[in-house]
Amino acid sequence: MKHYVIIGNGTAAVGCIEGIRSVSADGGITVISAENHPVYSRPLISYYLEGKTDLEKMRYRGEGFYEINGCRVIYGRKAVSVNTSGRTVILDDGSSVPYDSLCVAAGSRPFVPPFPGLETVGKKFGFMTMDDALELEKALSEDARVLIVGAGLIGLKCAEGICGRVGSITVCDLADRVLSSILDADCAAIVQDHLEKNGISFLLGDSVDKFCESKAYMKSGKQIDFDVLVLAVGVRANTELVKEAGGKVNRGIIINCRAETDLEDIYAAGDCTEGYDASTGTNRVLAILPNAYMQGYTAGVNMAGGCSVHDRAIPMNSIGFFGLHMMTAGSYEGEMTEEKIPAGIKRLFIKDGILKGFILVGACERAGIYTSLIRDRTPLDTIDLELTKKVATNLIFSQESRRKKFGGIV
Amino acid sequence: MKRVYVNEEWCLGCRLCEYNCAFANSGLGDMVLALKDRKIFPRIHVEGNDSITFAVSCRHCTDPICQKSCIAGAISKADGVVRIDRSKCVGCLTCVLVCPYGALSPGEDGIMQKCELCLENACGAPACVTGCPNKAIVYEERSDPE
Repeated sequence: MKHYVIIGNGTAAVGCIEGIRSVSADGGITVISAENHPVYSRPLISYYLEGKTDLEKMRYRGEGFYEINGCRVIYGRKAVSVNTSGRTVILDDGSSVPYDSLCVAAGSRPFVPPFPGLETVGKKFGFMTMDDALELEKALSEDARVLIVGAGLIGLKCAEGICGRVGSITVCDLADRVLSSILDADCAAIVQDHLEKNGISFLLGDSVDKFCESKAYMKSGKQIDFDVLVLAVGVRANTELVKEAGGKVNRGIIINCRAETDLEDIYAAGDCTEGYDASTGTNRVLAILPNAYMQGYTAGVNMAGGCSVHDRAIPMNSIGFFGLHMMTAGSYEGEMTEEKIPAGIKRLFIKDGILKGFILVGACERAGIYTSLIRDRTPLDTIDLELTKKVATNLIFSQESRRKKFGGIV
Repeated sequence: MKRVYVNEEWCLGCRLCEYNCAFANSGLGDMVLALKDRKIFPRIHVEGNDSITFAVSCRHCTDPICQKSCIAGAISKADGVVRIDRSKCVGCLTCVLVCPYGALSPGEDGIMQKCELCLENACGAPACVTGCPNKAIVYEERSDPE
Protein backbone atom coordinates (compact mmCIF):
# COMPACT_ATOMS: atom_id res chain seq x y z
CA MET A 1 0.00 0.00 0.00
CA LYS A 2 1.24 3.46 -0.92
CA HIS A 3 2.31 5.87 1.75
CA TYR A 4 1.68 9.53 1.02
CA VAL A 5 3.53 12.41 2.61
CA ILE A 6 2.51 16.05 2.42
CA ILE A 7 4.89 18.80 3.51
CA GLY A 8 2.66 21.60 4.72
CA ASN A 9 -0.74 21.75 6.38
CA GLY A 10 -2.54 24.56 4.61
CA THR A 11 -5.14 24.77 1.88
CA ALA A 12 -3.05 22.95 -0.73
CA ALA A 13 -2.52 20.10 1.74
CA VAL A 14 -6.27 19.77 2.27
CA GLY A 15 -6.80 19.75 -1.49
CA CYS A 16 -4.18 17.01 -1.76
CA ILE A 17 -5.76 14.91 1.00
CA GLU A 18 -9.22 15.22 -0.55
CA GLY A 19 -7.78 14.50 -3.99
CA ILE A 20 -6.09 11.32 -2.78
CA ARG A 21 -9.25 10.14 -1.02
CA SER A 22 -11.41 10.86 -4.06
CA VAL A 23 -9.46 8.08 -5.76
CA SER A 24 -8.44 5.73 -3.00
CA ALA A 25 -9.27 5.01 0.62
CA ASP A 26 -6.09 2.94 0.94
CA GLY A 27 -2.69 4.04 2.15
CA GLY A 28 -1.73 6.29 5.01
CA ILE A 29 -1.10 10.01 4.68
CA THR A 30 1.46 11.81 6.82
CA VAL A 31 1.12 15.57 7.04
CA ILE A 32 4.10 17.60 8.24
CA SER A 33 2.83 20.80 9.85
CA ALA A 34 5.26 23.51 10.92
CA GLU A 35 2.42 25.35 12.63
CA ASN A 36 0.89 23.95 15.81
CA HIS A 37 -2.66 24.30 14.52
CA PRO A 38 -5.02 22.10 12.58
CA VAL A 39 -5.64 23.60 9.15
CA TYR A 40 -7.27 27.02 9.30
CA SER A 41 -8.18 29.67 6.74
CA ARG A 42 -5.16 31.94 6.51
CA PRO A 43 -6.93 34.81 4.74
CA LEU A 44 -9.29 35.05 7.71
CA ILE A 45 -6.71 36.37 10.16
CA SER A 46 -7.71 39.97 9.41
CA TYR A 47 -11.39 39.09 9.91
CA TYR A 48 -10.42 37.55 13.24
CA LEU A 49 -8.85 40.81 14.42
CA GLU A 50 -11.92 42.65 13.15
CA GLY A 51 -14.16 40.40 15.22
CA LYS A 52 -15.94 38.90 12.21
CA THR A 53 -14.87 35.34 12.95
CA ASP A 54 -13.23 33.42 15.77
CA LEU A 55 -10.51 30.82 16.09
CA GLU A 56 -13.00 27.96 16.04
CA LYS A 57 -14.85 29.18 12.93
CA MET A 58 -11.54 29.80 11.18
CA ARG A 59 -10.95 26.06 10.99
CA TYR A 60 -10.91 25.25 7.28
CA ARG A 61 -12.22 21.74 7.81
CA GLY A 62 -14.39 20.24 10.51
CA GLU A 63 -13.48 18.30 13.62
CA GLY A 64 -12.23 14.83 12.77
CA PHE A 65 -11.03 15.80 9.29
CA TYR A 66 -7.64 14.11 9.64
CA GLU A 67 -8.98 10.97 11.31
CA ILE A 68 -11.73 10.50 8.73
CA ASN A 69 -9.17 10.80 5.94
CA GLY A 70 -6.59 8.50 7.53
CA CYS A 71 -4.01 11.21 8.14
CA ARG A 72 -1.32 11.41 10.76
CA VAL A 73 -0.25 14.98 11.42
CA ILE A 74 3.20 15.77 12.79
CA TYR A 75 2.78 19.17 14.43
CA GLY A 76 5.52 21.68 15.13
CA ARG A 77 8.11 20.08 12.89
CA LYS A 78 9.67 21.44 9.73
CA ALA A 79 10.91 19.40 6.80
CA VAL A 80 14.56 20.31 6.25
CA SER A 81 15.40 18.13 3.26
CA VAL A 82 14.14 15.52 0.85
CA ASN A 83 16.27 12.45 0.17
CA THR A 84 15.10 11.38 -3.27
CA SER A 85 17.21 8.22 -3.52
CA GLY A 86 16.10 6.94 -0.11
CA ARG A 87 12.60 8.40 -0.58
CA THR A 88 12.48 10.04 2.81
CA VAL A 89 11.73 13.50 4.16
CA ILE A 90 14.13 14.62 6.90
CA LEU A 91 12.64 16.70 9.70
CA ASP A 92 14.25 19.33 11.90
CA ASP A 93 14.53 16.91 14.83
CA GLY A 94 16.63 14.56 12.69
CA SER A 95 13.87 12.01 12.20
CA SER A 96 12.89 10.83 8.76
CA VAL A 97 9.53 10.07 7.18
CA PRO A 98 9.47 7.59 4.29
CA TYR A 99 7.26 8.31 1.28
CA ASP A 100 6.12 6.56 -1.87
CA SER A 101 4.54 9.73 -3.18
CA LEU A 102 5.30 13.21 -1.88
CA CYS A 103 3.52 16.53 -2.21
CA VAL A 104 5.41 19.70 -1.32
CA ALA A 105 2.83 22.23 -0.17
CA ALA A 106 5.25 24.33 1.81
CA GLY A 107 3.67 27.71 1.13
CA SER A 108 5.52 30.99 1.25
CA ARG A 109 7.17 33.22 3.81
CA PRO A 110 7.27 36.97 4.27
CA PHE A 111 9.93 38.81 2.38
CA VAL A 112 11.61 41.30 4.70
CA PRO A 113 14.02 43.72 3.02
CA PRO A 114 17.19 44.39 5.01
CA PHE A 115 16.03 47.70 6.53
CA PRO A 116 18.84 49.28 8.55
CA GLY A 117 17.82 49.58 12.20
CA LEU A 118 14.95 47.08 11.98
CA GLU A 119 16.46 45.24 14.93
CA THR A 120 15.94 48.32 17.12
CA VAL A 121 12.15 48.22 16.60
CA GLY A 122 10.37 46.74 19.61
CA LYS A 123 6.90 45.83 18.42
CA LYS A 124 7.20 44.46 14.89
CA PHE A 125 5.05 41.81 13.27
CA GLY A 126 4.47 39.90 10.10
CA PHE A 127 0.89 39.20 8.97
CA MET A 128 0.58 35.78 7.40
CA THR A 129 -0.25 33.23 10.06
CA MET A 130 -2.66 32.78 12.93
CA ASP A 131 0.24 33.15 15.35
CA ASP A 132 1.20 36.44 13.65
CA ALA A 133 -2.33 37.71 14.21
CA LEU A 134 -2.42 36.57 17.84
CA GLU A 135 0.92 38.27 18.52
CA LEU A 136 -0.17 41.47 16.80
CA GLU A 137 -3.43 41.45 18.76
CA LYS A 138 -1.50 41.66 22.03
CA ALA A 139 0.14 44.88 20.87
CA LEU A 140 -3.09 46.62 19.86
CA SER A 141 -4.36 49.45 21.99
CA GLU A 142 -6.74 52.29 21.30
CA ASP A 143 -4.03 54.90 21.14
CA ALA A 144 -1.44 52.85 19.26
CA ARG A 145 0.04 54.42 16.14
CA VAL A 146 0.52 51.67 13.56
CA LEU A 147 2.82 51.78 10.57
CA ILE A 148 2.19 49.15 7.92
CA VAL A 149 4.89 48.69 5.30
CA GLY A 150 3.17 47.40 2.18
CA ALA A 151 -0.10 48.54 0.56
CA GLY A 152 -0.85 45.17 -0.99
CA LEU A 153 -3.61 42.70 -0.17
CA ILE A 154 -2.01 41.61 3.10
CA GLY A 155 -1.11 45.08 4.36
CA LEU A 156 -4.49 46.60 3.57
CA LYS A 157 -6.52 43.69 4.97
CA CYS A 158 -4.46 44.06 8.12
CA ALA A 159 -5.26 47.78 8.19
CA GLU A 160 -8.98 47.11 7.89
CA GLY A 161 -8.85 44.37 10.51
CA ILE A 162 -7.22 46.47 13.21
CA CYS A 163 -8.64 49.87 12.27
CA GLY A 164 -11.25 49.91 15.03
CA ARG A 165 -8.76 48.82 17.67
CA VAL A 166 -5.91 51.32 17.28
CA GLY A 167 -5.34 55.07 17.30
CA SER A 168 -4.03 55.61 13.79
CA ILE A 169 -2.77 53.68 10.79
CA THR A 170 -0.28 54.80 8.18
CA VAL A 171 0.47 52.58 5.21
CA CYS A 172 3.54 53.14 3.08
CA ASP A 173 4.56 51.47 -0.16
CA LEU A 174 7.28 51.84 -2.72
CA ALA A 175 4.60 51.60 -5.42
CA ASP A 176 2.77 54.81 -6.31
CA ARG A 177 -0.65 53.24 -5.73
CA VAL A 178 -2.48 50.81 -3.48
CA LEU A 179 -2.94 47.16 -4.49
CA SER A 180 -0.49 47.62 -7.34
CA SER A 181 -0.47 43.90 -8.13
CA ILE A 182 -4.18 43.81 -8.98
CA LEU A 183 -5.39 47.36 -9.73
CA ASP A 184 -4.48 49.90 -12.39
CA ALA A 185 -3.89 53.53 -11.43
CA ASP A 186 -7.47 54.80 -11.89
CA CYS A 187 -9.09 51.97 -9.95
CA ALA A 188 -6.43 52.15 -7.24
CA ALA A 189 -7.23 55.85 -6.80
CA ILE A 190 -10.90 55.05 -6.13
CA VAL A 191 -9.96 52.43 -3.55
CA GLN A 192 -7.35 54.65 -1.89
CA ASP A 193 -9.87 57.46 -1.57
CA HIS A 194 -12.30 55.07 0.09
CA LEU A 195 -9.65 53.82 2.50
CA GLU A 196 -8.65 57.38 3.39
CA LYS A 197 -12.27 58.24 4.12
CA ASN A 198 -12.19 55.37 6.58
CA GLY A 199 -9.22 56.78 8.41
CA ILE A 200 -6.21 55.12 6.79
CA SER A 201 -3.31 57.42 5.86
CA PHE A 202 -0.93 56.69 3.01
CA LEU A 203 2.62 57.41 2.05
CA LEU A 204 2.95 56.05 -1.47
CA GLY A 205 5.90 56.08 -3.82
CA ASP A 206 8.01 56.20 -0.72
CA SER A 207 9.94 53.63 1.24
CA VAL A 208 11.66 53.25 4.57
CA ASP A 209 15.30 54.28 4.53
CA LYS A 210 15.97 53.20 8.10
CA PHE A 211 14.31 52.54 11.42
CA CYS A 212 15.41 53.83 14.78
CA GLU A 213 13.34 52.31 17.60
CA SER A 214 9.88 53.83 17.12
CA LYS A 215 10.69 56.14 14.24
CA ALA A 216 10.83 55.42 10.52
CA TYR A 217 12.97 57.64 8.33
CA MET A 218 11.55 57.62 4.81
CA LYS A 219 13.52 58.02 1.57
CA SER A 220 11.49 61.20 0.91
CA GLY A 221 12.85 62.73 4.10
CA LYS A 222 9.60 62.32 6.02
CA GLN A 223 9.68 60.85 9.49
CA ILE A 224 6.95 58.68 11.00
CA ASP A 225 6.56 57.95 14.68
CA PHE A 226 4.87 54.67 15.45
CA ASP A 227 4.21 52.24 18.29
CA VAL A 228 3.51 49.12 16.24
CA LEU A 229 5.14 48.07 12.98
CA VAL A 230 3.60 45.57 10.57
CA LEU A 231 5.78 44.29 7.72
CA ALA A 232 3.73 43.25 4.70
CA VAL A 233 6.14 43.95 1.88
CA GLY A 234 5.67 40.73 0.01
CA VAL A 235 6.16 36.99 0.12
CA ARG A 236 8.64 34.49 -1.27
CA ALA A 237 7.78 30.94 -2.27
CA ASN A 238 9.38 28.21 -0.17
CA THR A 239 11.27 26.45 -2.96
CA GLU A 240 14.38 25.29 -1.11
CA LEU A 241 13.36 21.68 -0.39
CA VAL A 242 12.82 20.90 -4.06
CA LYS A 243 15.74 23.01 -5.28
CA GLU A 244 18.20 21.29 -2.96
CA ALA A 245 16.85 17.91 -4.01
CA GLY A 246 17.75 18.81 -7.59
CA GLY A 247 14.31 19.86 -8.81
CA LYS A 248 13.64 22.75 -11.12
CA VAL A 249 12.63 26.01 -9.48
CA ASN A 250 12.28 29.57 -10.60
CA ARG A 251 10.32 32.06 -8.47
CA GLY A 252 8.36 29.02 -7.36
CA ILE A 253 8.73 25.28 -7.69
CA ILE A 254 8.06 24.54 -11.35
CA ILE A 255 5.10 22.21 -11.85
CA ASN A 256 3.17 21.02 -14.86
CA CYS A 257 -0.62 20.90 -15.14
CA ARG A 258 -0.63 17.56 -13.31
CA ALA A 259 1.11 19.32 -10.37
CA GLU A 260 4.23 17.23 -10.94
CA THR A 261 7.70 18.60 -10.29
CA ASP A 262 10.49 17.22 -12.44
CA LEU A 263 11.50 14.87 -9.61
CA GLU A 264 10.07 11.36 -9.63
CA ASP A 265 6.98 10.91 -7.44
CA ILE A 266 7.27 14.44 -6.09
CA TYR A 267 4.38 16.81 -6.62
CA ALA A 268 3.96 20.39 -5.47
CA ALA A 269 0.97 22.66 -4.92
CA GLY A 270 -0.02 26.05 -3.61
CA ASP A 271 1.91 29.23 -2.91
CA CYS A 272 5.31 27.53 -3.20
CA THR A 273 4.74 26.71 -6.87
CA GLU A 274 4.93 28.27 -10.28
CA GLY A 275 2.30 26.82 -12.59
CA TYR A 276 0.42 27.52 -15.79
CA ASP A 277 -1.59 30.72 -16.02
CA ALA A 278 -4.31 30.16 -18.61
CA SER A 279 -4.89 33.90 -19.05
CA THR A 280 -1.36 34.57 -20.30
CA GLY A 281 -0.29 31.11 -21.42
CA THR A 282 2.85 31.38 -19.31
CA ASN A 283 4.06 29.96 -16.01
CA ARG A 284 3.81 32.14 -12.94
CA VAL A 285 3.34 32.05 -9.19
CA LEU A 286 -0.41 32.18 -8.56
CA ALA A 287 -0.44 32.55 -4.80
CA ILE A 288 -4.19 32.57 -4.25
CA LEU A 289 -6.26 30.24 -2.13
CA PRO A 290 -8.54 28.71 -4.81
CA ASN A 291 -5.49 27.82 -6.86
CA ALA A 292 -3.80 26.22 -3.86
CA TYR A 293 -6.80 23.98 -3.27
CA MET A 294 -7.20 23.03 -6.91
CA GLN A 295 -3.50 22.32 -7.46
CA GLY A 296 -3.44 20.28 -4.27
CA TYR A 297 -6.50 18.35 -5.38
CA THR A 298 -4.96 17.64 -8.77
CA ALA A 299 -1.71 16.50 -7.11
CA GLY A 300 -3.65 14.21 -4.79
CA VAL A 301 -5.68 12.58 -7.55
CA ASN A 302 -2.54 11.92 -9.59
CA MET A 303 -0.56 10.69 -6.57
CA ALA A 304 -3.25 8.09 -5.95
CA GLY A 305 -3.13 6.84 -9.53
CA GLY A 306 -6.02 8.86 -10.93
CA CYS A 307 -5.83 11.40 -13.70
CA SER A 308 -6.35 15.09 -13.11
CA VAL A 309 -5.24 18.14 -15.05
CA HIS A 310 -5.40 21.68 -13.66
CA ASP A 311 -4.90 23.82 -16.73
CA ARG A 312 -7.40 26.63 -16.28
CA ALA A 313 -5.84 28.51 -13.39
CA ILE A 314 -5.87 32.29 -13.64
CA PRO A 315 -4.99 35.04 -11.20
CA MET A 316 -8.16 36.28 -9.52
CA ASN A 317 -9.09 38.11 -6.37
CA SER A 318 -12.26 39.12 -4.60
CA ILE A 319 -11.67 41.52 -1.77
CA GLY A 320 -13.47 44.27 0.06
CA PHE A 321 -12.48 47.12 2.35
CA PHE A 322 -14.94 48.97 4.59
CA GLY A 323 -17.88 47.90 2.43
CA LEU A 324 -16.31 48.62 -0.97
CA HIS A 325 -15.90 45.41 -2.89
CA MET A 326 -13.63 44.74 -5.84
CA MET A 327 -12.94 41.77 -8.06
CA THR A 328 -10.10 41.27 -10.49
CA ALA A 329 -9.04 38.42 -12.75
CA GLY A 330 -6.72 37.49 -15.58
CA SER A 331 -4.26 39.82 -17.22
CA TYR A 332 -4.77 43.42 -18.28
CA GLU A 333 -3.65 43.19 -21.89
CA GLY A 334 -5.33 44.19 -25.09
CA GLU A 335 -8.11 46.68 -25.63
CA MET A 336 -9.80 48.09 -22.55
CA THR A 337 -13.52 48.77 -22.37
CA GLU A 338 -14.89 50.81 -19.53
CA GLU A 339 -18.33 51.13 -18.02
CA LYS A 340 -18.87 53.68 -15.28
CA ILE A 341 -21.87 53.09 -13.08
CA PRO A 342 -23.05 54.86 -9.93
CA ALA A 343 -21.81 52.01 -7.77
CA GLY A 344 -18.34 51.91 -9.30
CA ILE A 345 -16.30 51.07 -12.34
CA LYS A 346 -15.99 48.09 -14.64
CA ARG A 347 -13.02 47.50 -16.94
CA LEU A 348 -12.71 44.57 -19.30
CA PHE A 349 -9.58 43.69 -21.26
CA ILE A 350 -10.05 42.02 -24.63
CA LYS A 351 -7.39 40.61 -26.92
CA ASP A 352 -7.56 38.32 -29.96
CA GLY A 353 -11.32 38.05 -29.58
CA ILE A 354 -11.08 36.67 -26.06
CA LEU A 355 -11.70 38.22 -22.64
CA LYS A 356 -8.29 38.36 -20.95
CA GLY A 357 -9.01 40.10 -17.71
CA PHE A 358 -11.21 42.48 -15.74
CA ILE A 359 -11.23 44.94 -12.89
CA LEU A 360 -14.53 45.55 -11.12
CA VAL A 361 -14.77 48.06 -8.30
CA GLY A 362 -18.12 48.32 -6.54
CA ALA A 363 -19.90 46.44 -9.33
CA CYS A 364 -19.33 42.77 -8.72
CA GLU A 365 -22.73 41.22 -9.45
CA ARG A 366 -22.46 37.85 -11.25
CA ALA A 367 -18.75 38.48 -11.91
CA GLY A 368 -18.24 34.73 -12.20
CA ILE A 369 -19.73 34.90 -15.69
CA TYR A 370 -16.77 37.09 -16.71
CA THR A 371 -14.33 34.80 -14.91
CA SER A 372 -15.70 31.82 -16.83
CA LEU A 373 -15.24 33.65 -20.13
CA ILE A 374 -11.54 34.03 -19.30
CA ARG A 375 -11.10 30.49 -18.00
CA ASP A 376 -13.01 28.94 -20.93
CA ARG A 377 -11.33 31.25 -23.47
CA THR A 378 -14.81 31.78 -24.93
CA PRO A 379 -14.62 33.33 -28.42
CA LEU A 380 -16.40 36.65 -27.95
CA ASP A 381 -18.00 36.44 -31.40
CA THR A 382 -20.16 33.60 -30.08
CA ILE A 383 -21.74 35.80 -27.40
CA ASP A 384 -23.35 39.24 -27.20
CA LEU A 385 -20.20 41.29 -26.72
CA GLU A 386 -21.83 44.70 -26.42
CA LEU A 387 -24.08 43.48 -23.63
CA THR A 388 -21.13 41.75 -21.97
CA LYS A 389 -19.30 45.06 -21.70
CA LYS A 390 -22.22 46.54 -19.81
CA VAL A 391 -23.41 43.80 -17.52
CA ALA A 392 -22.56 40.26 -16.47
CA THR A 393 -25.67 38.30 -17.40
CA ASN A 394 -26.54 34.92 -18.83
CA LEU A 395 -28.37 36.80 -21.59
CA ILE A 396 -25.04 37.14 -23.40
CA PHE A 397 -25.07 33.44 -24.21
CA SER A 398 -27.10 31.70 -26.90
CA GLN A 399 -30.41 30.11 -26.01
CA GLU A 400 -28.90 26.69 -26.68
CA SER A 401 -26.04 27.39 -24.30
CA ARG A 402 -28.49 28.48 -21.59
CA ARG A 403 -30.59 25.37 -22.19
CA LYS A 404 -27.56 23.21 -21.39
CA LYS A 405 -26.66 25.25 -18.33
CA PHE A 406 -30.05 25.57 -16.71
CA GLY A 407 -31.79 22.51 -18.12
CA GLY A 408 -28.99 20.00 -17.68
CA ILE A 409 -26.60 18.61 -15.13
CA VAL A 410 -23.41 20.67 -14.93
CA MET B 1 -30.57 13.44 -7.49
CA LYS B 2 -33.36 15.93 -8.01
CA ARG B 3 -32.33 19.38 -9.11
CA VAL B 4 -34.05 22.62 -10.07
CA TYR B 5 -34.29 23.07 -13.85
CA VAL B 6 -35.47 26.05 -15.80
CA ASN B 7 -37.21 26.26 -19.14
CA GLU B 8 -36.95 29.85 -20.34
CA GLU B 9 -39.60 29.38 -23.04
CA TRP B 10 -42.20 29.03 -20.31
CA CYS B 11 -40.93 31.74 -17.99
CA LEU B 12 -43.31 34.69 -17.70
CA GLY B 13 -40.80 36.88 -15.90
CA CYS B 14 -43.26 37.37 -13.05
CA ARG B 15 -40.56 37.04 -10.39
CA LEU B 16 -42.86 35.07 -8.10
CA CYS B 17 -39.96 32.63 -7.61
CA GLU B 18 -37.90 35.41 -6.06
CA TYR B 19 -40.67 36.30 -3.62
CA ASN B 20 -41.43 32.70 -2.74
CA CYS B 21 -37.74 32.06 -2.15
CA ALA B 22 -37.33 35.08 0.10
CA PHE B 23 -40.45 34.11 2.04
CA ALA B 24 -39.44 30.46 2.39
CA ASN B 25 -36.07 31.45 3.81
CA SER B 26 -37.38 34.23 6.05
CA GLY B 27 -38.32 31.83 8.80
CA LEU B 28 -41.64 33.69 9.13
CA GLY B 29 -45.12 32.22 8.71
CA ASP B 30 -46.75 35.31 7.23
CA MET B 31 -45.77 36.37 3.72
CA VAL B 32 -46.91 39.97 4.24
CA LEU B 33 -44.84 40.28 7.39
CA ALA B 34 -41.85 38.72 5.66
CA LEU B 35 -41.86 40.72 2.44
CA LYS B 36 -44.01 43.86 2.60
CA ASP B 37 -42.04 47.09 2.19
CA ARG B 38 -38.76 45.22 2.38
CA LYS B 39 -35.98 44.86 -0.15
CA ILE B 40 -35.80 41.13 -0.74
CA PHE B 41 -32.65 39.01 -1.00
CA PRO B 42 -33.77 35.84 -2.76
CA ARG B 43 -31.47 32.94 -3.64
CA ILE B 44 -32.95 32.72 -7.11
CA HIS B 45 -33.12 35.65 -9.50
CA VAL B 46 -34.73 36.38 -12.84
CA GLU B 47 -32.62 37.72 -15.68
CA GLY B 48 -33.84 38.80 -19.07
CA ASN B 49 -34.90 41.51 -21.45
CA ASP B 50 -38.14 42.41 -23.24
CA SER B 51 -38.43 39.08 -25.02
CA ILE B 52 -36.63 36.47 -22.89
CA THR B 53 -36.70 35.84 -19.16
CA PHE B 54 -35.37 33.00 -17.05
CA ALA B 55 -34.63 32.20 -13.43
CA VAL B 56 -31.13 31.40 -12.21
CA SER B 57 -30.25 29.58 -9.00
CA CYS B 58 -27.46 27.28 -7.82
CA ARG B 59 -26.88 24.38 -10.23
CA HIS B 60 -25.50 22.16 -7.47
CA CYS B 61 -22.60 21.37 -9.81
CA THR B 62 -21.04 17.94 -10.02
CA ASP B 63 -17.68 19.61 -9.34
CA PRO B 64 -18.51 22.88 -7.57
CA ILE B 65 -15.80 25.49 -8.08
CA CYS B 66 -17.33 27.65 -5.32
CA GLN B 67 -16.56 24.94 -2.80
CA LYS B 68 -12.97 24.60 -3.97
CA SER B 69 -12.49 28.37 -3.96
CA CYS B 70 -14.12 29.31 -0.64
CA ILE B 71 -11.43 30.97 1.48
CA ALA B 72 -13.25 30.13 4.70
CA GLY B 73 -14.02 26.49 4.00
CA ALA B 74 -17.67 27.46 4.48
CA ILE B 75 -19.06 25.71 1.40
CA SER B 76 -19.49 21.95 1.39
CA LYS B 77 -21.25 19.35 -0.66
CA ALA B 78 -23.09 16.35 0.74
CA ASP B 79 -25.71 14.11 -0.88
CA GLY B 80 -25.40 16.20 -4.03
CA VAL B 81 -26.42 19.43 -2.31
CA VAL B 82 -23.99 22.35 -2.16
CA ARG B 83 -24.46 24.13 1.16
CA ILE B 84 -22.95 27.13 2.90
CA ASP B 85 -22.24 27.48 6.60
CA ARG B 86 -23.17 31.14 7.07
CA SER B 87 -21.49 31.25 10.49
CA LYS B 88 -18.12 30.63 8.82
CA CYS B 89 -18.61 32.91 5.81
CA VAL B 90 -16.90 36.32 6.06
CA GLY B 91 -18.49 37.79 2.92
CA CYS B 92 -15.36 37.92 0.75
CA LEU B 93 -17.52 37.01 -2.28
CA THR B 94 -14.90 34.73 -3.86
CA CYS B 95 -17.77 32.34 -4.68
CA VAL B 96 -19.47 35.14 -6.64
CA LEU B 97 -16.18 35.66 -8.49
CA VAL B 98 -15.97 32.02 -9.56
CA CYS B 99 -19.56 30.82 -10.10
CA PRO B 100 -19.79 30.52 -13.89
CA TYR B 101 -23.59 30.77 -13.76
CA GLY B 102 -23.73 34.01 -11.78
CA ALA B 103 -26.03 32.14 -9.44
CA LEU B 104 -24.78 33.47 -6.12
CA SER B 105 -25.40 36.73 -4.31
CA PRO B 106 -25.05 37.77 -0.68
CA GLY B 107 -27.85 38.20 1.83
CA GLU B 108 -28.93 41.42 3.48
CA ASP B 109 -26.08 41.20 6.00
CA GLY B 110 -23.40 40.86 3.28
CA ILE B 111 -22.85 37.24 4.21
CA MET B 112 -23.38 34.70 1.45
CA GLN B 113 -26.49 32.61 1.21
CA LYS B 114 -27.43 30.15 -1.46
CA CYS B 115 -30.12 27.83 -2.72
CA GLU B 116 -30.12 24.68 -0.64
CA LEU B 117 -33.23 23.34 -2.40
CA CYS B 118 -35.40 24.36 0.58
CA LEU B 119 -34.19 21.24 2.35
CA GLU B 120 -33.06 23.29 5.36
CA ASN B 121 -36.19 25.39 5.77
CA ALA B 122 -39.80 24.53 6.53
CA CYS B 123 -40.79 23.96 2.88
CA GLY B 124 -39.03 20.67 2.30
CA ALA B 125 -39.18 21.19 -1.48
CA PRO B 126 -38.08 24.21 -3.52
CA ALA B 127 -40.57 27.03 -2.99
CA CYS B 128 -39.61 28.60 -6.33
CA VAL B 129 -40.87 25.46 -8.07
CA THR B 130 -44.05 25.04 -6.04
CA GLY B 131 -45.04 28.64 -6.68
CA CYS B 132 -44.15 28.91 -10.37
CA PRO B 133 -47.47 29.60 -12.13
CA ASN B 134 -46.34 28.34 -15.53
CA LYS B 135 -44.16 25.39 -14.50
CA ALA B 136 -41.10 27.07 -15.99
CA ILE B 137 -39.14 25.89 -12.97
CA VAL B 138 -39.25 22.20 -12.14
CA TYR B 139 -37.66 20.00 -9.49
CA GLU B 140 -36.91 16.59 -10.90
CA GLU B 141 -34.44 13.86 -11.66
CA ARG B 142 -32.67 14.17 -15.00
CA SER B 143 -29.92 11.96 -16.30
CA ASP B 144 -27.16 13.25 -18.51
CA PRO B 145 -26.54 16.78 -19.73
CA GLU B 146 -28.85 17.23 -22.67
